[in-house]
Amino acid sequence: MIPIKKALVLGSGALKIGEAGEFDYSGSQALKALKEEGIETVLINPNIATVQTSEDIADKIYFLPVTTYFVEQIIEKEKPDGILLAFGGQTALNCGIELFEKGILKKHKLRVLGTPIEAIIETEDRQKFASLLHSIHVKTPTSLAVTSVDDALEATKKIGFPVIVRAAFTLGGQGSGFCFNIDELRQLAGKAFSYSSQILVEESLKGWKEVEYEVVRDQYDNCITVCNMENFDPLGIHTGESIVVAPSQTLTNSEYHKLRKLSIEIVKSVGIVGECNVQYALDPHSEDYRVIEVNARLSRSSALASKATGYPLAFVAAKLGLGYGLHELKNSVTKTTTAFFEPALDYLVVKIPRWDLNKFLGVSKEIGSSMKSVGEVMAIGRNFEEAIQKGLRMIGLGMHGFTANKELKIDDIEGELSNPTDTRIFVIAEAFRQGWSVEDVFTATKIDRWFLEKLKNIFDLEKELQSFPQLTGLPDDVLLHAKRLGFSDFQLARILFSSLEIGSTDDEILQVRDYRKSRNIVPFVKQIDTLAAEHPAVTNYLYMTYHGEEHDIDFENDNKSVIVLGSGAYRIGSSVEFDWSGVNALKTIKKKGYRSVMINYNPETVSTDYDISDRLYFDELSFERTLDIIELEQPFGVIVSTGGQIPNNLAMRFSRQNIPVLGTQPEFIDRAENRHKFSAMLDKIGVDQPKWKELSSMEDIFSFTEEVGFPVLIRPSYVLSGAAMNIVSNKDELEHFLKLATQVSKQYPVVVSKFLTDAKEIEMDAVADKGEIVVYAISEHIEFAGVHSGDATIMFPPQKVYVETIRRIKKISRRIAEELQISGPFNIQFLAKDNDIKVIECNLRASRSLPFVSKVLKTNFIDYATRIMLGEKVEKPNKSLFDIDYIGVKASQFSFSRLSKADPVLGVDMASTGEVGCLGDDYYEAILKAMLSVGHRIPKKNVLISSGPMRSKTELLESARLLVENNYQLFTTKGTHDFFNKNAIPSTQVNWHDVKKEPNAYELIKNKQIDLVINIPKDLSREELDNDYTIRRAAVDFNVPLITNARLASAFIFAISRYKPEDLTVKSWDEYV
Amino acid sequence: MDKYKKATLILGDGSKFTGYSFGYEASVAGEIVFNTAMTGYPESLTDPSYRGQVLVLTYPSIGNYGVPGKTEKDGMPEFFESEHIHVTALIISDYSAKYNHWNASQSLGDWLKAEKVPGLFGIDTRKLTKIIREKGCMLAKIVFDDDIAFFDPNKTNLVKEVSIKEKTVYGKGNYRILLIDCGVKNNIIRYLLRYDTTVIRVPWDYNYLDEEFDGLFISNGPGDPTQCIPTIGHLKVSIQKGQPVFGICLGHQLTALASGAKTYKLKFGHRSHNQPVLQAGTNKAYLSSQNHGFAVENASIPDGWESLFINLNDQSNEGIRHKTKPIFTTQFHPEASSGPTDTAFLFEEFIAAVKKVKS
Repeated sequence: MIPIKKALVLGSGALKIGEAGEFDYSGSQALKALKEEGIETVLINPNIATVQTSEDIADKIYFLPVTTYFVEQIIEKEKPDGILLAFGGQTALNCGIELFEKGILKKHKLRVLGTPIEAIIETEDRQKFASLLHSIHVKTPTSLAVTSVDDALEATKKIGFPVIVRAAFTLGGQGSGFCFNIDELRQLAGKAFSYSSQILVEESLKGWKEVEYEVVRDQYDNCITVCNMENFDPLGIHTGESIVVAPSQTLTNSEYHKLRKLSIEIVKSVGIVGECNVQYALDPHSEDYRVIEVNARLSRSSALASKATGYPLAFVAAKLGLGYGLHELKNSVTKTTTAFFEPALDYLVVKIPRWDLNKFLGVSKEIGSSMKSVGEVMAIGRNFEEAIQKGLRMIGLGMHGFTANKELKIDDIEGELSNPTDTRIFVIAEAFRQGWSVEDVFTATKIDRWFLEKLKNIFDLEKELQSFPQLTGLPDDVLLHAKRLGFSDFQLARILFSSLEIGSTDDEILQVRDYRKSRNIVPFVKQIDTLAAEHPAVTNYLYMTYHGEEHDIDFENDNKSVIVLGSGAYRIGSSVEFDWSGVNALKTIKKKGYRSVMINYNPETVSTDYDISDRLYFDELSFERTLDIIELEQPFGVIVSTGGQIPNNLAMRFSRQNIPVLGTQPEFIDRAENRHKFSAMLDKIGVDQPKWKELSSMEDIFSFTEEVGFPVLIRPSYVLSGAAMNIVSNKDELEHFLKLATQVSKQYPVVVSKFLTDAKEIEMDAVADKGEIVVYAISEHIEFAGVHSGDATIMFPPQKVYVETIRRIKKISRRIAEELQISGPFNIQFLAKDNDIKVIECNLRASRSLPFVSKVLKTNFIDYATRIMLGEKVEKPNKSLFDIDYIGVKASQFSFSRLSKADPVLGVDMASTGEVGCLGDDYYEAILKAMLSVGHRIPKKNVLISSGPMRSKTELLESARLLVENNYQLFTTKGTHDFFNKNAIPSTQVNWHDVKKEPNAYELIKNKQIDLVINIPKDLSREELDNDYTIRRAAVDFNVPLITNARLASAFIFAISRYKPEDLTVKSWDEYV
Repeated sequence: MDKYKKATLILGDGSKFTGYSFGYEASVAGEIVFNTAMTGYPESLTDPSYRGQVLVLTYPSIGNYGVPGKTEKDGMPEFFESEHIHVTALIISDYSAKYNHWNASQSLGDWLKAEKVPGLFGIDTRKLTKIIREKGCMLAKIVFDDDIAFFDPNKTNLVKEVSIKEKTVYGKGNYRILLIDCGVKNNIIRYLLRYDTTVIRVPWDYNYLDEEFDGLFISNGPGDPTQCIPTIGHLKVSIQKGQPVFGICLGHQLTALASGAKTYKLKFGHRSHNQPVLQAGTNKAYLSSQNHGFAVENASIPDGWESLFINLNDQSNEGIRHKTKPIFTTQFHPEASSGPTDTAFLFEEFIAAVKKVKS
């Protein structure tokens, strides 16, 4: 093979359900592998907050949509000789297939590195793939490919209900599900056809075990399975929705190796070069099996397998794509043994999904064959109990493990067990509490009894612990056993001190801790070394366990460790931006001669790659575990400001234990977090804020709202992305939502604040040194206040803000920085209306927008912050840094299509799952690139508008005129039609879906006659009229772009009027900066 | 935890570990070794090559799928590698007393008790493994109430203990395979029987030279190969004759010794499912199941012979073959059970050689 000189890597774009941070990790690994070979790399990925889109990782970076149009433009410009399609999820793979089918790869003589594209296509077409498998005598579920709903109905006559319906060529099971009867089939098939022209009707294997293998093959036909994994939940629940354990726990040697052998046969016959994942259904009563799915690319499972084993699958896959043999590569952990091996684990891992279904209105809580979770955690332990209890704490939903949690109110245990929801594991705990046996739970869930017995062990031990009247009466054996079954000190305190309430002080936890330590019951640090201690590891990939009696590493006690706390599971409001921040903090720490230490447990991240830090503790970010690590490391300090809210919330607790927190001191962090203290401070320094009050009775709330007037914003304190935050416009709504808000958190009273309509939202991201601002970036939201800052579209630098406003914002920020003695990153959110500036929030930590502004400016704010936190005196950059002649726009990615029935409307509660950031020479260019990157398309002809309240009707008037001028045809609902008519804008009036008259809004959308839907909600509350909801939901279900904010719609329309795709400049990052 | 009796594991270097007993309660002594496989404890425990050894499993959660029943097939237990457990004792980290599998008939603990084999859990098996890795295999004993002396199994003839006592014949196939049983795993016999064979299993020191057969197979087995003097003597004659020969593990070492090569004891052996081997002079790599403490010295391979496989991790010898005669051997276990089945094709190659010579 001729060596490759320049390679193009396709990224996966914004994080979305089914395609998240794992591809930042995969892509970063591939880029590292290419770089090591001296190959010039070009990366296309609009996800600006990722680690892979950093200067030192790829040579050229394009923040542009991963679509054939833009990719071809870049190919023409960069003239690469190789392309990698397997590292950017389904987005990159689909784009690659399209590039191939359009002849673009051939035209530009581009070699696909790794698995040949024909092989990929073969695995993606289910029918072709099934034939291939049958030709090598591998079993697949009986499955019929159909292209119409009628054919789907016909197919069930051969297969028999229940059946599973799957759409071909989709992300993580989109449009898939079980059907038990004709009606369900008709409905689901109809929907699936909107994603794909071909769907499959398959035999149902409900109750079978689900097992997967990660397989690697090189060009010499050498093949290994790096890891196998078993789902806790039986088949029927998407693997992204399932608790997964690695390695498999309930398979005998014969089963394990039967499936392993099949995996290798499949991968060899497909001709994979690189990585591939094979998923099986395994009969729980025999060795019968079916191959369920194959992914000829890096996947969420492969990222998990890499973290579970320490085997860097993406890195190795990239090397194999360049022509290496597995036997020619070294094991990255031992550096002496070969990469041709299958890791032996001497621990086990449990992956648990993180759902955020509470953030969505109307969404079903049931989990099934389609993915809804937004993130995941991986817990490592030396038995299942230890790992699962760690994991249940890690998911961060206020649970303390399998038991000793707040009480769940479950009306129908049987129902919730047989139709699982996001809380199913806690329902199992409740079932045990109510006397259900393992056998009973098995009957309802079909979860393998081995897993249930393990959970029962935890439950039984809790019962045993309850029989001891006090901590000191606990025999050492029992206490050690409890710790080995994963009980936290908090759980023990809760069980042993019956009065303990959630969120009480740390005293009880520390009491258990002290007693435990006095009995020498402490956790030990173990290394993940890929070979179960057979050969020494040179990396420090670590976890902690109570199944041990010695540490695998030595502690220097040299005061050189700097611990960075990670952000935990990705969830709505906290994702890849904190991974970027953490990784950059670690890099600076290392560069400055300190030992960089990371604590995090999210397998979808780069920060949990063992080469990123000197020591990686893949473990809990709990008070207990961080104390364990801090006591061993004796660090120079701990950084709590780059990992989002979880580390931030630990600051005060650390302070009370005299743990050195680097940067802004905990008392000041508390002053910003605590609403009262913060408000008092603002009053003191003369900074304005919206009127607010913390109230605990209805009467007080009513009298306050009377005083300030509606609308008001209601929210609990100490939350990151505003769970249960809401704007209410009248007394009825107020009463209704108050009940919701107070249910969320009893401890914190309700905060009611005056909400300003039509106010601009402006953000200040900055880094300060001892209260003096060193670098800063001011950005502006396109949407008016009322859309959560995580969902808003943000432009930087601001385009439509008065100079006076900017001046005031700088002044206020300086005052706040000084008052809070900030050393490190911070973010302040402002409201601006007619030069009247109010502060709405202040966080003394890295924010979501920090990577965005850092990259637009090409000035790494985290590097500044970290140097300051380490005590270095940094120079302020030259003022010209802030004077740039291009624009960055950050746009949000929504995953409503995954969240069946959820109302795709935006509000004060965050709903987006990801974001992109694009650069342009002007505002409209940047916004168009960004909108295209999150899945919008330039409409061809027909636009459906229902424009909501009067102010948005007015807002949209000019845009509507522009659309007409550009020969678009407008379809409008009645109110909008009348208003447009009065203003001489022609449009076709459409009927609501419940009026059986043509033209009908729903039918138009369903029949793909509409290219863009603009639907503006009537008021600020999320409770909406059925009609509007139906239109919005139809747009999502039938994959028609939807905009629900008038200002954003307007911006988009202006942008498409000004720019055709061919006018958009194709410039790499370094061509701007 | 008081339902489990405590016992102490004492190593030759003085290290002590306390664990909970879940097997038979009696003090025992032997050589301690570790295996890093993640599946296959019923197969490993019945592997005669573990004779005299205290086995440490590094995978921490053991007993999950219980132990299969004693059904017979082709005159052998269907799911085990021999009639009985051969390890002296089993050491693990975490024990699943509650097991679940369609093919299970009892728990691991009950099986150990029935076979009078001690088992301890609750031990830091990683620490233990690191001691063995750093200091090499050593003697060990498990002490319940009464202390006992250390015992070195390598100084006894373990092969004699595990080998069949009398000639036994399996199958009625066309090709007659003479199998020298030094502690053969049943799966070897199962594999041979797949290819239209009659397998004549004879004791380790049996003088088979006057028997009628088409191919010779030398099995795996425990201990130091140099203990098997009569076997080596018979093999020298067979090599001279140039009949098809296939040796696995101990069988490989014995063939090597008969050819004039030397063996040595590895520091802590190879016991796992993930030993990488490369076919010498090719780019063909295979994953193999292994269980051996001794190895053939690469440099001692005599003229007329060559290395067939090399271990990719430590470059130790993994197989030899005669340059002109149909004789080849592997240090690893192509029959797997437990472990990966990548090299099962070697049985086919052996049978092909047998067929070729016979025709």
